[in-house]
Amino acid sequence: MLTISVNGKDYKFDGDPNTPLLWYVRDELGLTGTKFGCGAGLCGACTLHLDGVAVRGCLTPVSDASGKQVTTIEGLSPDGDHPVQKAWRDLNVPQCGFCQAGQIMQAASLLAKNRAPSDDEIVQEMTGNICRCGCYQRIHAAVRVAAGGV
Amino acid sequence: MLHYFEKQSSSSPAPQAHAIITNVSRRSFIGGMLKTSGVALALQIVPGTANAFAPYPTGGLAMPHGVVNDPHIFVAIDRDGQVTIVAHRSEMGTGARTSLPMVVADEMDADWSRVRIIQAPGDEPRYGNQDTDGSRSIRHFLQPMRECGAAMRFMLEAAAAVQWGVDRSLCKARNHEVVLLKKGSDGTLTETTQKLGFGDLTTIAMAMPVPRRDQLTFKQPGEFRYMGKGKTQIVDLHDITVGKAVYGADVRLPDMKYAVIARPPVVGGKVKKFDATETLKVPGVEAVHQLEGSMPPAKFAPLGGIAVIARSTYAALQGRDKLVVEWEDGPHAVYNSPAYREAMIAEARKPGKVIRNQGDADAAFAGAAEVFAAEYAQDHVAQAPMEPLVALARFVDDKIEVWAPVQSPYGTREDIAKAMGVPVENVTVHVTLLGGGFGRKSKCDFAIEAAKLSKMQGGAPVRVQWTREDDLQHAFYHTTSVERIEAALDKSGKVVGWRHRTVAPSIASTFGEDSGYQFKIEYGMGFADMPFDIPNIRCENGQAFAHTRIGWFRSVSNIPRAFAVQSFVAELAHKLGRDPKDLLIELVGPDRVIDLKTAGMPEDFWNYGEPYEEFPIDTARLKNVVNVAAEKAGWGKKLPERQGLGIAVHRSFVTYVATVVHAVIGEDGTIRVPEVTTAIDCGFYINPERIRSQVEGAAVMGMSTAMYSGITFKDGRVEQSNFGDFAVARMENFPQKVNVHIIEPTSASHHASGVGEPGVPPFAPALCNAVFAATGKRLRNLPTGEKVEA
Repeated sequence: MLTISVNGKDYKFDGDPNTPLLWYVRDELGLTGTKFGCGAGLCGACTLHLDGVAVRGCLTPVSDASGKQVTTIEGLSPDGDHPVQKAWRDLNVPQCGFCQAGQIMQAASLLAKNRAPSDDEIVQEMTGNICRCGCYQRIHAAVRVAAGGV
Repeated sequence: MLHYFEKQSSSSPAPQAHAIITNVSRRSFIGGMLKTSGVALALQIVPGTANAFAPYPTGGLAMPHGVVNDPHIFVAIDRDGQVTIVAHRSEMGTGARTSLPMVVADEMDADWSRVRIIQAPGDEPRYGNQDTDGSRSIRHFLQPMRECGAAMRFMLEAAAAVQWGVDRSLCKARNHEVVLLKKGSDGTLTETTQKLGFGDLTTIAMAMPVPRRDQLTFKQPGEFRYMGKGKTQIVDLHDITVGKAVYGADVRLPDMKYAVIARPPVVGGKVKKFDATETLKVPGVEAVHQLEGSMPPAKFAPLGGIAVIARSTYAALQGRDKLVVEWEDGPHAVYNSPAYREAMIAEARKPGKVIRNQGDADAAFAGAAEVFAAEYAQDHVAQAPMEPLVALARFVDDKIEVWAPVQSPYGTREDIAKAMGVPVENVTVHVTLLGGGFGRKSKCDFAIEAAKLSKMQGGAPVRVQWTREDDLQHAFYHTTSVERIEAALDKSGKVVGWRHRTVAPSIASTFGEDSGYQFKIEYGMGFADMPFDIPNIRCENGQAFAHTRIGWFRSVSNIPRAFAVQSFVAELAHKLGRDPKDLLIELVGPDRVIDLKTAGMPEDFWNYGEPYEEFPIDTARLKNVVNVAAEKAGWGKKLPERQGLGIAVHRSFVTYVATVVHAVIGEDGTIRVPEVTTAIDCGFYINPERIRSQVEGAAVMGMSTAMYSGITFKDGRVEQSNFGDFAVARMENFPQKVNVHIIEPTSASHHASGVGEPGVPPFAPALCNAVFAATGKRLRNLPTGEKVEA
């Protein structure tokens, strides 16, 4: 039996400890903000936080989360007003929106460890997150804007 | 308040242009009430001099179920003033779900902050065409939505006139209220302090007969609150940023089952035998079903295979991994991309079926001082929307309810009804947000799979989840192609003859017997409609038989055609020692509307479904976008070594787009794009902010398609499996700054035209022309790869 803390709430888990966190939060907890995009760590749509650090939910087994704080997009801020979320809205970043939770979680993780990332540092951090609609220009700009407000 | 949406729609076929559907029963119901003083005045018509928005026909009328503009269908107003507007087109990132209701709100003068949007289920007899495809949402529904909003405003003003017992001309809707005007002795109208909110007026307004088109007045552009401003954010913006927006896989039902399917790796293949012993041992796996597939042409019918049903997605995926399936591949196992490419090239080098014939191309080539030829090719592409295909279905008592991210919800209903052998009335399709579509979600095979599996599970709700591997290996692919262009030059270097041969397996092969030839829609996409002023033009189509499912991908055949034609112009310019932009402008020739007959275009010329008189090929607009893009990009400026500008222009979806790409070649040969400048003339426009986002995205998708993304086949099997080998542009290399210049319409005849797709086609040729300018290396095959050898 594992204890998993998700968005500040503890859950008991007695299933297959290899279950990816992505499927655990989506199918078991109903936290559907975290998206399935590739299942292979190649697109970043499933990005969530383990102790504040961005990880790919599709490659992270539930067992890795034992004793750590899992944060999903639903838990990033109580009222949806994390500076990254606000910057995303201010710059009208999303098109279809599907990848954006992963993008936002990745950006929030970057800014938590580096309050003033350079352009290159933003690229390095964000390049694992695919946006097929092609919102990269605004994503990059929004990370800069959010950096000013973190 | 939802009773407003329960009114049965007219069962008559598609209404005539701009006809308003009136609700006779509602009129008679309210008749007694309206027989009060003031009604006659209220309904009096101010003749139409103020009608600033002249009607024009669009292809929307010829689409299945046409267009609907009835406010009773699209608008509801609660007594507290809350306005609800129906979005009937699917949202996949273009902003249509915001923009069309915004048009209604603007014309009825509603306060956007008091408007909520609800998504229509698939019901075209009620809402008009819902097939969100072909860059048509604004093009076809701008007018009906303006009419709908203007009619609603009329009805609200008339309701106020009834309340106040005055003439309707003294009632003016303004920001969610109707204001009483008074007429001065000199006849001028001034506002009084008397007002009635929309909520106060709704009961009477909604009982009013819907006015006719010729009774409506439309706002002048100066009166627009939202249209043309670009200040209205998409309605799902907040939900998207907090993870609450609902996409296909986010709908959950009690006791829902999770399914994944192992599909035949070769199209038309079958299960020879399978062993699910180990699958059924996986905890959470509940059942395994065999699904029948179909050999093309099968439209959007599922491929069949072995489905694993489980209590969670993870269990279903594990169960599928443990399946042992032996496939019988069938005839399409012969499909090998390199050999197929060679065959297409050989076909392009010999005469084909003549599609367009202007002048005497044979004579022009026979008498040419010189002939210049080049061949351009492209691999297949998968649409690869970020949201993999997914659908949830529940089949109970021959009634089927589906929740799915589909581009064509009514088409999905029809296809499910047919596949399941039930009447279309028995099928309900709820449309979630689409995590991208790009043409893939026009094909509803995944929803049919869910319906079948729910039935097999005795009516339990079943969600079918496709993985990325499934998505890339079982798409309806953008076609692979070879385009060969030859130019006959006279002694002075003038182009006197043009021959273009296209060879590509056709979308038509997905729908009917494969003739090897393309069809009018593909011919109309940058091939037969080529706009150059050359006296002798011949366009020919060589045969290519499909060995996979061919579908459409954002901008479709325009990608290879713009790539070929616009690359060829730059190659020709280089050969002739000319500036590519100057030669391009010269080839387009004088300002004119191209006459289809004189130009030798096909009798069934396809103009994106639009009437040609209203949406003609206008060379002045084509040249204008070239000039604007060139000027804004600083065309002709001196650049450092290994940098270059490339230009391309293309008309598609009746919109004109020119793009200048600035390419920089790194030491290791990596192609980078620091800046893109695009001019887009999409006529009358309503949401410039979303137009910019679409063009920015088109540059990224253009770059993916130009440099990274290709699908190839070996023994009938797709060789790529995920974003590792099917690469797309990422932040480490994307068009970093996209400058978008939206052309202001200069004539009322510049009707709203497509936006979602037309940004894509010019990108690849502009990029490859820029690479040539930087390196002297000409790239003729897409995808080019990320690096160029200088």
